[in-house]
Amino acid sequence: MSEFTLTLIKLAFLAVLWLFVIAAVGVIRADLFGSSRAAARAAARSRAPRPARRPRPQRAQQAPQPRGPRQLVVTQGDRAGMTIDLATGGTITIGRANDATIVVSDDYASSRHARLFAQDGQWIVEDLGSTNGTYLGRNKVNQPTPVPPGVPIRIGKTVIELRP
Amino acid sequence: MSAAPDQVPLPNQPRKAACLALLVFAMVMTLAAFAEVGLARDGRIPAGLLGYGGGLAVLAGAAYYVQARFAPYADPLLLPLAVALNGLGLAMIYRLDLSTSRDVQDAIRDGKKVVTSGLASAGTQLQWTFVGILLFALTVLFLKDSKILQRYMYTLGACAIILLLLPIVPGLGAEINGARVWIFIGPFSVQPGEFAKLLLVVFFAGYLVNKRQAMSLVGRKIGPLALPRGRDLGPIMVIWIFGLGILFVQKDLGTALLYFGLFVSMIYIATQRISWVLIGVGMLALGILVATQLPFLGHVNQRLSIWQNPEPYFDGGCLLDSGKVVSVAPGTEPYIAAGNTVGSGLAACAEMGGKFADSAQLMKGLFALGEGGVLGKGLGQGEPWRTPLAFSDFIFDSMGEELGLTGLMVILLLYALIVQRGMKTAVSARDPFLKLFAGGVSFVLALQVFVIVGGVTRLIPLTGLTTPFLAQGGSSLMANWILIGVLVRMSHQARQPAPQAIQDEGMTQVVSLR
Repeated sequence: MSEFTLTLIKLAFLAVLWLFVIAAVGVIRADLFGSSRAAARAAARSRAPRPARRPRPQRAQQAPQPRGPRQLVVTQGDRAGMTIDLATGGTITIGRANDATIVVSDDYASSRHARLFAQDGQWIVEDLGSTNGTYLGRNKVNQPTPVPPGVPIRIGKTVIELRP
Repeated sequence: MSAAPDQVPLPNQPRKAACLALLVFAMVMTLAAFAEVGLARDGRIPAGLLGYGGGLAVLAGAAYYVQARFAPYADPLLLPLAVALNGLGLAMIYRLDLSTSRDVQDAIRDGKKVVTSGLASAGTQLQWTFVGILLFALTVLFLKDSKILQRYMYTLGACAIILLLLPIVPGLGAEINGARVWIFIGPFSVQPGEFAKLLLVVFFAGYLVNKRQAMSLVGRKIGPLALPRGRDLGPIMVIWIFGLGILFVQKDLGTALLYFGLFVSMIYIATQRISWVLIGVGMLALGILVATQLPFLGHVNQRLSIWQNPEPYFDGGCLLDSGKVVSVAPGTEPYIAAGNTVGSGLAACAEMGGKFADSAQLMKGLFALGEGGVLGKGLGQGEPWRTPLAFSDFIFDSMGEELGLTGLMVILLLYALIVQRGMKTAVSARDPFLKLFAGGVSFVLALQVFVIVGGVTRLIPLTGLTTPFLAQGGSSLMANWILIGVLVRMSHQARQPAPQAIQDEGMTQVVSLR
C-alpha cells in the first residue's frame, strides 16, 4: 500500500467523520425548523380551495425576518372568517373584554385571554393567565411562544391562525 | 372542532428514519475505521472486520429496534452518537491490540511462540460493548417511567455510598495504579464508582425536587449571597462529605472532582441561583488548599507539581521538601549511584527524602498529540502504543496522534452533541424531577469528558477517569450505556405528545395516558 494511497484513505476517513457530525447537526436542524415547514405544508393542504397562492412557501419560512405572516385569520368560533392585517404591527389581544382586538363571546374564554405581539420579525403568543389556557397546535402555551404560520392557536371555542 | 388540530403535525414527531440513517452512518464510519487500520497496519482488509464490525452492527440494530418499538419519540441522535463513539473506541483498541495484527497471526499459524504483552484487547471490549448495549435495551424496556426512581431515592443514595465503600473492604477491593477503586468478583474487576455516579444523580435530583423551593426562597441573606437554612442543606451535605471522604481515602481525585461538580451544578439547576456556583467554586478552592497542606495527601501536591512543570519528572523525578525537583531518570547521577537497575530512581529518591513521581506517560501523550498535528498520522500509521495505557486513560491522545486535531474535534463534537441532546431533554421535560435528572446526567457526562481530556492534554492536573465510550473497560461502558438508555427513555417521555382529551368539552375530561 503506497504512501499516497494511505494519505488519501486518511483524508477520506476524516471527511467521513465530519460528514457524520454534519448529518447529526442536520437532524437537529430539521427538528428545530422542519416542524414549521411541515405545518405550513399541512396548512396549505387544509386550504386546498385556494391553491394558487404561495408559489414557494419554503423560502418564506426560511427567511421570516423580511416577510413574516401578513394576516391573522379566525378559522373557528363565532368570529370565524374575520381577518386582521398584521402589517400595521402592534399587539393583538383576544378575550371577552370590550377593548380586546378580537372580542369573543365564549364562556370558555377569559376577559383578557391571550395576546399576540411581534418581536424580531416573529409573532409571539402569550397567555394572559386565562382560566382555560391557550393552545398552540396541541401544546398548552405556558410562556410566550413563537407562532409558526399555519399552526392553529386555540382560545376557548375560537381558533386563529397566522397566514403569510 | 376536533378535526382541525389533527391536521397540524406535532412539534415533536418520532424521528425513527433519521435515527436509523445516522445509525447506519455510524456503522459505516466504524467499519471504515477498521478497514483503515487493517490496510495501514497489515496491508489488507482486516480478517476481524466481519466479526467486530458485524457484531457491532447486529447489536446496534437490536438497540435500534428496542428504541423504535418501546420509545418511538426518543431523541434520534443519542443512540447513533453513542454507537459512533463506541465504534471509534473499538477500532482504536483493535488497532492497539497487537494480537490482531497480521504478523502475529501469521506467526501463530506457523506454530511460532508469540508473546504479546499488550493489555489492549479488542475481543474483550466487544464483549463489554455487547453487555453495555444489552443493558441499554433493558433500561429502555423496563424503565417505563423514569419518575419511579424518585420513590427510591434514599435507597439509591444509600446504594451509591455502599458502592463507593466496596473497594475499601479488604479482600474485595484492591489498589491498582495508586487508586483503590476496583473490586474483584471472580475473574472480573469492576469499578463501582461508575455506577454510583448514576445513583447519586438520582438521589440529588429526588432530594432537590422536594427541597428546591425551600432552598431558593428561605434563608439568610449575607450581602448578595442568599444562604439556605441548615436543615435544608444538612442531608445533602452529609452524603456529599461522606462521598468525598471515601474518595480521598481511595485517592481517586478525578471521581471526587466529578461528584463535586455534579453536586454544585445540580443545586444550580434546582435553585437557579448563581450564588451556589460561587459557593461551589469557593469550596473547591478551599478543598484544594487544604489538600495541598495535609501530609497524607502528598500525591495532590505532586500532581499539581507535575501539571505545572512535567519535564523534570520525565522517566522519574523527585520532589524534595524544599519544593525542588531532581530528575532521577535512568542515566542521571542519582540513578547510577543507586545501582543503575530498574527501580533505582525510586531508591535514589527515597534516599534523598523526596517523593518520587513519573510524568513519562503524560509527556508521551503530549508528544503523541504533537506528532499527530492537524491531520494526524492516519489510523494504523502512528505509534500510539509508546504511551502507557494508550488504550484506556490515554486513548484520547492515541486518537489525537492518528486522527489529528481534525479528528479530535469530531470526537469532542460527538460528546457535545450527546450533552446538548441531554440538556434539550431536560429543558423540554415536563416533570421537575426528570428535568433535574436529565440535566444532572448530561452534566456529569460533560464534566467527565472535561476532566479526563483536560488531564491528558495538560489543561488541568491529570486525574484518573475513564473516557466515556472510548476507553477500554467494562464498568465504564456498562454505566455509560445505562446513562444513554435513561436519557433515551426520558427524551421519549419529554417529546411524546401530551395526553389527548377524548371528550371535547366539559369540566371532567377522560384522557388517555398511553
